[in-house]
Amino acid sequence: MTAQQAAESAAPGALPPLQEHFDATIARDQRIEPRDWMPDGYRSTLIRQIAQHAHSEIIGMQPEGEWITRAPSLRRKAILFAKVQDEAGHGLYLYSAAETLGADRADLTERLIEGRQKYSSIFNYPTLTFADVGVIGWFVDGAAICNQVPLCRSSYGPYARAMVRICKEESFHQRQGYELLMTMMRGTDAQREMVQDAVDRWWWPSLMMFGPPDDHSPNSAASMAWKIKRHSNDELRRRFVDMTVPQAERLGVTLPDPELRWNEERGHHDFGTPDWDELMRVIKGDGPCNAQRIERRRTAHEEGAWVREAAAAHAAKQAARTEKGTAA
Amino acid sequence: MSGEARDGGKRDWPLYEVFVRGKRGLNHVHVGSLHAADDRMALTHARDLYTRRNEGVSIWVVRSEHIAASTRDEKDPFFAPSADKVYRHPTFYDIPDDVPHI
Ligand SMILES: [Fe+2]
Ligand SMILES: [Fe+2]
Repeated sequence: MTAQQAAESAAPGALPPLQEHFDATIARDQRIEPRDWMPDGYRSTLIRQIAQHAHSEIIGMQPEGEWITRAPSLRRKAILFAKVQDEAGHGLYLYSAAETLGADRADLTERLIEGRQKYSSIFNYPTLTFADVGVIGWFVDGAAICNQVPLCRSSYGPYARAMVRICKEESFHQRQGYELLMTMMRGTDAQREMVQDAVDRWWWPSLMMFGPPDDHSPNSAASMAWKIKRHSNDELRRRFVDMTVPQAERLGVTLPDPELRWNEERGHHDFGTPDWDELMRVIKGDGPCNAQRIERRRTAHEEGAWVREAAAAHAAKQAARTEKGTAA
Repeated sequence: MSGEARDGGKRDWPLYEVFVRGKRGLNHVHVGSLHAADDRMALTHARDLYTRRNEGVSIWVVRSEHIAASTRDEKDPFFAPSADKVYRHPTFYDIPDDVPHI
């Protein structure tokens, strides 16, 4: 937060009309833009959510990135490369949005590396076979679509606009994953088993991506009131299940939930309860790959230091040269 | 190497705002920002980040600190001069219905 913003939000006399104007803008379903006055809580909630979202995109490059060198064909390699590059792009769109709120990008990176800010629990699971690449596209990007489409109408302009760009690209991610799985399902028994195994491992963690159940989601109420978020965790989770079940049938795999069945009365599927203790463990840092993911991000950052230095030195030299040229 | 650059690469490159012309006939539109060491890097990064799928035919980048902007709020009196001049709009003028093409 800049000093000016801090001074303004601290001045009690100035607050009511600004707050009123802010509330009215939200009520009219209009967007809040970077230079508008906003409550401190709105700003800090957004910075936390957008940073967490950005970190997820960046860390999310790792599980699939591990398969780029081992992709079974040039076609799959090119696709996977493009997909992972998109995820980097998503991270950068989001960091850019966070910066409009006064966050500092270098500081956000540091917070991630030091474990002071979180990222999505899903990326702490290992990718054991190439079928995992397909299942991630289908489940994880599919869940991301469920989460992100409503965020395109989020009340904060730069966040909503970043989500519009991201959603346009996610559709490719989901479709390449499903197509990959369809190809494997047409292959050998071993390949079909590989797909089913990946489905079994990723299904429950994917359902956990929507966060804890509504009655245990501490920040949800405020986010909904501010229209940062438009739907509850459970609502989005149910939507994802309804969307995915017919796709699983068509693919010929079984979703690993004995309680999963169509409920005619409700017009939705009934399904089992994810292991919330597992989610809490993974969020707290105790998932299968937490340490490895952060270590990898730290190494990449540290090994890139000389590149950042060299580019800055080059830029300084060029600038000095141009200046001399203009002076002469 | 200048002393300035030797900070372990910790200090960020400057922030640039990016504007893209989606296709011929359209204005450049602001699409977001990025960090780059200099103008040239800002342009290539902007191409890689904001036009991976033919979203643009031309890019402008400008250091964020070089942008001058109006004050923060839409209710600001800065825009007041345009609010009370209804006679600038065509609907201000009453023309009978039977006058053609106007
Ligand atoms: Fe993404
Ligand atoms: Fe994606």
